Amino acid sequence: MSAELMDFAEAMELFDPVLGLEVHVELNTATKMFCGCANQFGSEPNSNTCPVCLGLPGSLPVVNGKAIESAIRIGLALGCTIAESCRFARKNYFYPDMTKDFQTSQYDEPIAAEGLVELEVDGEVFAIEIERAHMEEDAGKLVHVGGASGRIGDAEYSLVDYNRAGTPLIEIVTKPITGTGAKAAAVGRAYVSYLRDLMRALGVSDVRMEQGSLRCDANISLMPKGTTTFGLRTETKNVNSLRSIENALTYEIRRQAAVLAAGGKVTQETRHWHEEGYTTPGRSKEEAEDYRYFPEPDLVPVAPNHAWVEELRGTLPEPPAVKGKRLQQAWGFAAQEFADIVNSGSLDLIEATVTAGASPAAARKWWLTELARRANETGVELAELPISPAQVAAVQALVDAGTVNDKLARQVIDGVLAGEGEPAEVVVARNLAVVSDDSALTEAVDRAIAAYPDVAAKIREGKVQAAGALIGAVMKDLRGQADAARVRELIVDRLS
Amino acid sequence: MSEILQESAAQLGARLTAGELSSVELTTACLDQIERVDPRVRAFLYVDAERALSSAAGVDQRRAAGAELGPLAGVPLAMKDIFTMTGAPTTCGSRILEGWIPPYNSTITQRVLDAGIVVLGKTNMDEFAMGSSTENSGFFATHNPWDNDRIPGGSGGGSAAALASFEAPLALGTDTGGSIRQPASVTGTVGVKPTYGTTSRYGVVAMASSLDTPGPCAREVGDAALLHQVMAGWDRRDSTSINAAMPDVVAAAQAADVRGMKIAVVRELGGEGYQPGVQQRFAEALEVLSELGAVITEVSCPSFDYALGAYYLIMPSEVSSNLARFDAMRYGLRLGDDGVNSVEDVMNLTRGSGFGAEAKRRIILGTYALSAGYYDAYYGSAQKVRTLITRDFEAAFTQADVLVSPTTPTTAFRLGERVDDPLAMYKADLCTIPSNLAGNCAMSVPSGLSPDDGLPTGFQIMAPALADDRLYRVGAALEAALKDRWGQPLLQGLASSDAGSYLVSEGER
Repeated sequence: MSAELMDFAEAMELFDPVLGLEVHVELNTATKMFCGCANQFGSEPNSNTCPVCLGLPGSLPVVNGKAIESAIRIGLALGCTIAESCRFARKNYFYPDMTKDFQTSQYDEPIAAEGLVELEVDGEVFAIEIERAHMEEDAGKLVHVGGASGRIGDAEYSLVDYNRAGTPLIEIVTKPITGTGAKAAAVGRAYVSYLRDLMRALGVSDVRMEQGSLRCDANISLMPKGTTTFGLRTETKNVNSLRSIENALTYEIRRQAAVLAAGGKVTQETRHWHEEGYTTPGRSKEEAEDYRYFPEPDLVPVAPNHAWVEELRGTLPEPPAVKGKRLQQAWGFAAQEFADIVNSGSLDLIEATVTAGASPAAARKWWLTELARRANETGVELAELPISPAQVAAVQALVDAGTVNDKLARQVIDGVLAGEGEPAEVVVARNLAVVSDDSALTEAVDRAIAAYPDVAAKIREGKVQAAGALIGAVMKDLRGQADAARVRELIVDRLS
Repeated sequence: MSEILQESAAQLGARLTAGELSSVELTTACLDQIERVDPRVRAFLYVDAERALSSAAGVDQRRAAGAELGPLAGVPLAMKDIFTMTGAPTTCGSRILEGWIPPYNSTITQRVLDAGIVVLGKTNMDEFAMGSSTENSGFFATHNPWDNDRIPGGSGGGSAAALASFEAPLALGTDTGGSIRQPASVTGTVGVKPTYGTTSRYGVVAMASSLDTPGPCAREVGDAALLHQVMAGWDRRDSTSINAAMPDVVAAAQAADVRGMKIAVVRELGGEGYQPGVQQRFAEALEVLSELGAVITEVSCPSFDYALGAYYLIMPSEVSSNLARFDAMRYGLRLGDDGVNSVEDVMNLTRGSGFGAEAKRRIILGTYALSAGYYDAYYGSAQKVRTLITRDFEAAFTQADVLVSPTTPTTAFRLGERVDDPLAMYKADLCTIPSNLAGNCAMSVPSGLSPDDGLPTGFQIMAPALADDRLYRVGAALEAALKDRWGQPLLQGLASSDAGSYLVSEGER
């Protein structure tokens, strides 16, 4: 499947990449863009539908005011100018996931335009110009059954779920991004990561890439070094994670470089990213349809008044980048340590855990290791785990007080996740507190010495490192409910 | 034919209220008339006698129980087959929608039902309301009750023919370029295109969204006013709906007073190409209005000359998009789904077969007009003309209270006469289109039979947006004066003539 690729470093000597990103954000409004149906992921297929989002003959759209509000807040947060008046337009094309065979979108009159985002990548600041942010509706979801490619063309049959049809979307489009050089892919990733944090901070979207509530189409072209005329670009779709964005952009740079270096021409086309690490061509733009945009006659122009826009400006959260800088400094994390927090989407959780009394290091440790693993295993977001930041802080407090050790603390977390109550309650209910009574510990130590006389002999001879085997035996004896350091002290005491 | 079928909806409503007549009796009379006459007229695509009688009985019961009902409660109505109504098919006169039973009521259907009006069935129309003769219906053509070899107008020919053949005292229509007014004109009935945005489009299958206007059809101006009042009003489901107080059209029809009103003839809507008999009746109507105390003047609306051209760019553009959803995927006709054909094949086969020639013609025209590289020249220019037409109206309305013209240049043409000449067909809407482009209101009232062929002519009244009451003031005054002059309403003349003998049973003549 893999095409001819040029070595990345070599490609960077010959070409300058030009980047362009189109990001679709699904809004988390209670209802859909143009009707009163629930805007909900994961419902029974086709249950959140009505004549409007099914596009039944005669039905008409009515704009969701809350979606307009979200669009304006997003526009403002991206530094855009909000249009005094803007219109919806119809984008006409036939596809079975479209109930009306046109998408109600915005064309020449977006609600927000001309914004600016500044990103820091490896200490270098990049200014990303935002061309526009516009409102549109999502299409339904097709599932192609049978056939090798998973595409509609060779499917045996296809199923369609219109629950997603009419979900409010904001499409955010950058202007061509130049001057990123070898960092093009990293900048692409950083930009999407930034948008994700921003949307989350605004509270306008779940921004879950794996569920498609944040989707990115990555455009890239190359121009020979020293020139300024953009080359023909490809638009890579299906990049559903931050890592994929970086990998897909890197791949396309290497592939296009090989094509150009061999004297070929890049085909302007849509390409699909495959998680195995390559792109394949989709529909080429030459045969692409003419969308025949025209103003949507079923809707009147949207004209947000100035006072409302200013009121919404007042609701904007602290920009994620500013907040990040502030917290990184306050918590004393290294850049990479902090980046891991941001990338895992746990910044708010950790912040709340710290507020609840845990040290930043401990809060980071729990959320990024133990809890991240649990979230992964159960396929949910960190924030969806049935444990609150306050409870995590309480677990850490138990560790700090010596009530439980790290290992026992994990069992406390098990209990909280299983709904057994607050951490302190779980400790009691599961009898997890460490044995702090020295006489009980000493008895267990004596039993271990008796059971392993040869090990004990070695320790008596001064081979203190052999103590591990005895500690293990004691811990096993006490079902892990002991402070290992104290056990070691007692063993050494006993055998010296 | 039962005597009561010639009475006005207002009279029938009064008799129902007084308990002199039951809705079941009245509905039965209409259903009998449909059964007897419709095999010739073919106004209806669908009649549900059981449902009609059951809702009539419901109204009678509520009335007997002392409920306060509206003036039209229990009065039957013929519904153009473009309004959705649960439990009944909606086809829009198209094969592509055959068998589709909508799961929801249009706002106007709901208002009509809430008013206690009894729906007899759905009437024939040109496919998706595209045409001026009903010959574009995917099922069959409707015949003009005045002369069964002639067209009843279109697209709402079924509704107009149902009125003129005494099958129903009230009917619903939609007017995109004249689909209410032109059929009214050629059948000797009354048709009103209300101000755009005052009658909800929710549940009215779209042809051209920025032009489509539901409106009332009746045999008398006063009846149209009563139905207009039921239909009109703001609807939160229609974003283009106007949230403003509606003028009292019923009171205006009752006032029927034109004294001191300035009535201006539109110079561009007359002269060459207009049938002499149509022009003669138009001139006579002006005299009548003058005698009634109106001041008759003339205005020029030069942009009206470009109205037809602009209309045939804007309308097909919207059509090409609105009709896209009929793709065989979710409802209606589905052809070629054999497990081998691709989804595009199924769409193509279904649309190729399900749409008639006129629908295809307009889809192609509109697709072309909206194409990249042509958009500005076609759709863009047409929108500019639309603005100019609106300005012409605005200027004219500073000089006159209403504008008038013949409704359509000729009387009913023969079935088949224009089917192969789309341009000739389109010209039937020459006088009606400007009001659709500008969004103002207009009415057609009968102005007598053309002396050259004995067929009905129509007098069009145009008023500014949200001044629908002026239409009724002028229309009712003209109607009353002409009735005095003729000695009876125009349609009673039909019923008592040889040509209309089939409308009344032997024993009654």
